[in-house]
Amino acid sequence: MALTGKKEQKSTMTHQYPALTAEQKKELQDIAQRIVAPGKGILAADESTGSMAKRLNPIGVENTEENRRRYRQLLFTADQRIDSCIGGVIFFHETLYQKTDDGTPFAQLIKDRGIVVGIKVDKGVVPLAGTNGETTTQGLDGLSERCAQYKKDGADFAKWRCVLKISETTPSQLAILENANVLARYASICQQNGIVPIVEPEILPDGDHDLKRCQYVTEKVLAAVYKALSDHHVYLEGTLLKPNMVTPGHSCHTKFSGEEIAMATVTALRRTVPPAVTGVTFLSGGQSEEEASVNLNAINTCPLTKPWALTFSYGRALQASALNAWKGELSNEKAATEEFIKRAQANGLAALGKYKTSGSAGAAAKSLYVANHAY
Amino acid sequence: VGVENTEENRRQFRQILFSADDRINSCIGGVIFFHETLYQHSDNGVPFVKLIRDRGILVDKGVVPLAGTYGETTTQGLDGLAERCAQYKKDGAVFAKCRCVLKISDSNPSKLAITENANVLARYSSICQQNGIVPVIEPEILPDGDHDLKRCQYVTEKVLAAVYKAMSDHHVYLEGTLLKPNMVTPGHSCPTKYSPEEVAMASVTAMRRTVPPAVPGICFLSGGQSEEEASIHLSAINNCPLAKPWVLTFSFGRALQASALRAWRGHKENEKTATEQFIKRAEVNSLACQGKYSGGDNYGEAGQCVFGSCHAY
Repeated sequence: MALTGKKEQKSTMTHQYPALTAEQKKELQDIAQRIVAPGKGILAADESTGSMAKRLNPIGVENTEENRRRYRQLLFTADQRIDSCIGGVIFFHETLYQKTDDGTPFAQLIKDRGIVVGIKVDKGVVPLAGTNGETTTQGLDGLSERCAQYKKDGADFAKWRCVLKISETTPSQLAILENANVLARYASICQQNGIVPIVEPEILPDGDHDLKRCQYVTEKVLAAVYKALSDHHVYLEGTLLKPNMVTPGHSCHTKFSGEEIAMATVTALRRTVPPAVTGVTFLSGGQSEEEASVNLNAINTCPLTKPWALTFSYGRALQASALNAWKGELSNEKAATEEFIKRAQANGLAALGKYKTSGSAGAAAKSLYVANHAY
Repeated sequence: VGVENTEENRRQFRQILFSADDRINSCIGGVIFFHETLYQHSDNGVPFVKLIRDRGILVDKGVVPLAGTYGETTTQGLDGLAERCAQYKKDGAVFAKCRCVLKISDSNPSKLAITENANVLARYSSICQQNGIVPVIEPEILPDGDHDLKRCQYVTEKVLAAVYKAMSDHHVYLEGTLLKPNMVTPGHSCPTKYSPEEVAMASVTAMRRTVPPAVPGICFLSGGQSEEEASIHLSAINNCPLAKPWVLTFSFGRALQASALRAWRGHKENEKTATEQFIKRAEVNSLACQGKYSGGDNYGEAGQCVFGSCHAY
């Protein structure tokens, strides 16, 4: 029984109802390109209130709103040396509306220096019933209205984190599909509101699996992500990807070189990420500051063809030394800011494949791995 | 061209092509054979496979209808494909081709046609690779219809996204495959005319949004394009200013052979002329792969493509 060509069953037809106008697309692509301009990456300063406790407790600082404000201030008031290496800053909601000591809103401060303002919009992970400890991420309710408001308040990009785990039984097909779908819905809604979505399907480094297994899983996850983005009509040129690097599990006994990690990472991306995606901004996971820079550098010197920008979106790997130097003391602020600038510059160079490690020890080399990390 | 479709005539025509001199060595990287041709010989008894170094073989067995759709099809040929591939590999083939067909209309392509054809292409690819054969993946979207360039681009993007998801699901090694897609063009009955730059921009954009960089090469089919059209479009594609991490080349049938056929008309005395016509198109397309062909009497001059404000968002 053939269809008569009448426009009845629209759900099976490949009709084109453009999701975005040419102007909307151009704005999104421009924002994405600015964030990952050569030598630039992202400062992920979007730790939730709960996550900030895990940062501040170890340095003996009370997790108050004022302390969080003071801490972010010392990052955001870094001098012009960061303007050439930081393309974007991701804010947590509270921080977007905080101000410097002299009353300048943080968002305005960042925007005025030509750095793009981003906002974390997910509302954390929730369990997927019937799975082996797997999760999806919530936050879609009212997301359109929230994005519209954030856009008015200065944000031009957003971040949404999904989490997957490697084990004998995971990630399951359900976890892969569900998280890919939720990332695509989030991306679609962001773009409708002039906000560039950073798509973050993080595969945790927990476990004893080797490099190959992480690569395999990363390829499967990213293939599902890009199929979902296609299905949801997301404009790829106006997105960024924030994946894990491909690394062995933390309890894996085999050691792998920076070049092996780079090759596995770039290969996985080459097999799954369409060239239209403007940039890939790696998360640092549990890597130390130095590791994260060295690995990013190796990725950028990998000899395979890499048609997207390959840069950083680091939280802990940009801030660990700064936090340690600060310890909540006013008198330590300048020193803390200097530590941050140092890592920002290192990663700016790594994004160009020009970082030479000094083999530094100390805080920069200390692993920042926290088991089963979930925001 | 008034020639009877006999085995001998088919042999003679392929001989005209395969006996082309060394000039084609720098323009032709592979030849796709039909089963019969793989086992034919030249006049002096040399097997065709020995005349051609990198041989491919058509392995599909044609399209069959998809019940419940509006004239859509899938492609058959998976039965015993592993054994056939193993035999073809022994007989000299190093790559294969499987063609799927999709159509654009108000109701097409349907989700079923897209998913089913993507799946067949992935199964075929998987089996080929198990037998040391590189699969050329061909999800052809026909140019029939009055749809515009945008619609073809939209459909091409959806189809290719499905193809590469299926490849991932079936664990196909992308670095050991080639893609043979249609260029993105308006439908044949579309009243709007588009420049080669517009066709190129739409084609490259669609590829950039769907084809992972791990795929080494994209060999466009010529569809219903004339020899000249196909070459000019291929050249414009190679001049497109967007980043293109795969090789962009041709897998042309009619667009390499039309003039040769017309020159031949089945007459022995025309054979050399016919071969010359083929060599000419091969050389032109080799220039097009480098973005150096702008058409007709400008054969040999560098392409003067004006992309300017041309963009596809």
